[in-house]
Amino acid sequence: MGMNIAFWVLAATATAGALMVVSMRSLFRAALGLILCFLSIAGLFITLTAEYLGIVQILIYVGAIAVLIIMSIVLTRDIEHSNVPSPYKLPAVLGALSFIGVAIWAILNTKWDNSTGMAFLPISPKTLHTESIGQMLFGQDSLVLAVEIAALLILVAVIGAISVAKEK
Amino acid sequence: MNIGLTHYLVLSVLLFGIGLYGTLSRRHAIVVLMCIELMLNAANLMLVAFSRYVFSHGGQAIVIFSLVVAAAEASVGLAIIISFYRQRKNIDIKDIDLLKW
Repeated sequence: MGMNIAFWVLAATATAGALMVVSMRSLFRAALGLILCFLSIAGLFITLTAEYLGIVQILIYVGAIAVLIIMSIVLTRDIEHSNVPSPYKLPAVLGALSFIGVAIWAILNTKWDNSTGMAFLPISPKTLHTESIGQMLFGQDSLVLAVEIAALLILVAVIGAISVAKEK
Repeated sequence: MNIGLTHYLVLSVLLFGIGLYGTLSRRHAIVVLMCIELMLNAANLMLVAFSRYVFSHGGQAIVIFSLVVAAAEASVGLAIIISFYRQRKNIDIKDIDLLKW
């Protein structure tokens, strides 16, 4: 019961935050709506028993990406109130609505095989989710090569961002 | 009625659709970038929901890589926007045509 209430409240705040992003005239308020949406999604991760990802979501999205976005809004301040729709508003509405319709139709008409998920694992200290994610990333037969490649990617991206944004 | 996989999937499709609408219809480059982050988040939510209800922890491991890529994308994208703003004093999507020929 508590999970149901948590889901509905978090889903409502996530959708409200997303709608704020696309509807607010002021860019700063749109960024605040984005933060609200990120926080609600972190809460939804926790209701899905992915507590590690919930905390990482708060650290990276709310802590880092939102600050980056607000910094760029502040650095380009004189055009803050230009969150206006383009002439392609009607095709965008039609495209988004048809995507939502087709995707929801597909979701409702698929018979999901719910037999192998974690929903039926007993929750005990031995099945800590964080530990098994760590095993999957760094243990034997793991994704450790992908982890190294991701580290290289973020290093290259940060160096590239510095060199692109540097004053010439 | 209990909350199941379908609820999370429909919510994530809704968030993705709002992000898609914003990406296609806004002219301010930072708003477009924020909507792309929204779409990435919706995809992450869907992966976590699948890892909870259908597969095992593989979905959560993929979400970590997706977070890394999102962080790289945001930093490079905002750097490009700042650099463009220095040149043109404007970040309207319509004016970003330096690579057009």
